[in-house]
Amino acid sequence: MKAETPWSKVFQLVLEATGDTIYMVGVATVFAALFGVPLGVLLHVTAPGGLSPQRLLHRLLSLVVDVGRSMPFIILLLAISPFTKVVSGTTLGADAAIVPLTVGAVPFVARLVDNALREVDATVVEAAVTTGASRMKIVHSVLLRESAPGLVGAIGVTLVALVGYSAMAGVVGAGGLGDLAIRYGYQRYDTRVMIASIVVLAALVIVVQFGFDRVARLLDRRRRVNA
Amino acid sequence: MITVENLVKTFRGRGETLVALDGVSLEVPQGTVCGVVGQSGAGKSTLARCVALLEKPDSGAIRVDGTDLVSLGGAALRAARRRIGVVPQGDSLLRQRTAAGNVALPLESAGAARLQRRARVLELLDLVGLADKAGAYPDQLSGGQRQRVAIARALAGSPSVLLADEPTSALDPETTASVLGVLDRARAELGVTVLIVTHDMDVVRRICDDVAVLEKGRVVEHGKVLDLVARESRTASALLPTTDQITGLSSVDSERGYGRFDRIADVTLVGFAAVGALLPEASTRFGVQLAVLGGGLTRLADTPVARFRVGLSGDRADAALDFITEHGGVVQRATREEVAA
Ligand SMILES: Nc1ncnc2c1ncn2[C@@H]1O[C@H](COP(=O)(O)OP(=O)(O)OP(=O)(O)O)[C@@H](O)[C@H]1O
Ligand SMILES: [Mg+2]
Repeated sequence: MKAETPWSKVFQLVLEATGDTIYMVGVATVFAALFGVPLGVLLHVTAPGGLSPQRLLHRLLSLVVDVGRSMPFIILLLAISPFTKVVSGTTLGADAAIVPLTVGAVPFVARLVDNALREVDATVVEAAVTTGASRMKIVHSVLLRESAPGLVGAIGVTLVALVGYSAMAGVVGAGGLGDLAIRYGYQRYDTRVMIASIVVLAALVIVVQFGFDRVARLLDRRRRVNA
Repeated sequence: MITVENLVKTFRGRGETLVALDGVSLEVPQGTVCGVVGQSGAGKSTLARCVALLEKPDSGAIRVDGTDLVSLGGAALRAARRRIGVVPQGDSLLRQRTAAGNVALPLESAGAARLQRRARVLELLDLVGLADKAGAYPDQLSGGQRQRVAIARALAGSPSVLLADEPTSALDPETTASVLGVLDRARAELGVTVLIVTHDMDVVRRICDDVAVLEKGRVVEHGKVLDLVARESRTASALLPTTDQITGLSSVDSERGYGRFDRIADVTLVGFAAVGALLPEASTRFGVQLAVLGGGLTRLADTPVARFRVGLSGDRADAALDFITEHGGVVQRATREEVAA
């Protein structure tokens, strides 16, 4: 039986991996939101009975989103590596992992956004239509603003899901907590690293969830007395 | 002024087509309130949604102040929508915006400057009696208050017509009165033309000048409320007190029943003078005994209207009834058989 990794080394490894995870997941979430929110809005407004129904476009978007979501991340990661190379210039490391993480998360975000927008009552949207508001105005002042708490929640859920996905990014040498747990904890039976990774992962998820819940609540003006 | 001409709207379902509006024509003169009534499924909301330019009719015209709006699209459609204030059926306020923010929405759509917006919003909240609730969110308001905010919002863009679909359903009588008061004020102070969909005849009684009765997508009755109640009409039977409720008087031959009168008639009286004085005057002038057997008094907007079943005894009973007719009363003589039936 080999010697346990010293705590100082564990600390250093975990610290570095935490930085990688936050970097990968953070950047990927930003890009996923950047592409996923508009896609989700488009998906929503082109639906039958939506703000701007477009049967064909809606079906097409729906298909793309669902196929995207059905893809196991590990397969996506490998399948799109040529694309990754074009975008990030490399197929290895954290920067390379950001591309598949983003691609994997965009359809996920789009569907969550579509769901969040559905929570806005049709009567409310119609009332805005009757004021003569433009579609853009309705999208940002009514759809997005009314569902802001739900959207913030959706981004939080995406962040957490990406933390999970990022564990597989070790395959492309991206590092991160999940990768650390697999390489040291699982493959080398290093309990200390395993436990430390898990604890930090859990803490990250808890903090993210708490933070996003908090922001969502702050944005929500429904059912609150004495605001 | 709102003019609806020959409006047809069908909904195509699985195989079958449903004709929701079957050639509806309607005119609401400038500054008046028209009530659209009818049974559930008659097409009231469909009509309101067409006039609100939310639903495109198959054919027909919708004119507001003379311009046909049916075929508009794009920016012209949005501009047309600003001339029509809409209070939709049900909760329609943005829940993440304050009352003031909701009222500001049409002004934002029209591109009004911020300062101008604020002044106008306060003016309207004041009009609906909610100046102190400007900062409240919809979830902090009562149902009636929310409905008044929705009315303020509909009026914010200075539309020439106001459309309200069941604005008082789900409200208690007192709250209903406050909402109707606000609508009446909008007409009086802003001169808007109001089309109000309702199944509550009390709404018609209180604020409608005109009424249109829809049945299976057709207008089966349309006119001034006061004209319609003065003759036999659906509006009259829905708005006026019934005359045959008094029991114990139905037996024709009984000394205590209808049998003791020489004439039985249903009399409709419109206006203060008629309601107040016509019956006693006819009685004294012709020396007939006149008994009120049923019916009652109601109020249509500011006008008292009465419908009574009266029994007259005396030689000149017919002359007395003629006198009532000559002075604006509407008299329907009933034969004993009719009364007994
Ligand atoms: N979007 C739609 N698709 C299909 N059928 C519809 C649609 N909207 C209304 N209808 C049908 O058109 C008819 C008229 O409906 P509408 O809502 O205008 O009735 P209404 O008079 O407002 O009734 P209520 O008093 O219950 O509100 C009904 O038979 C209804 O089922
Ligand atoms: Mg209806």
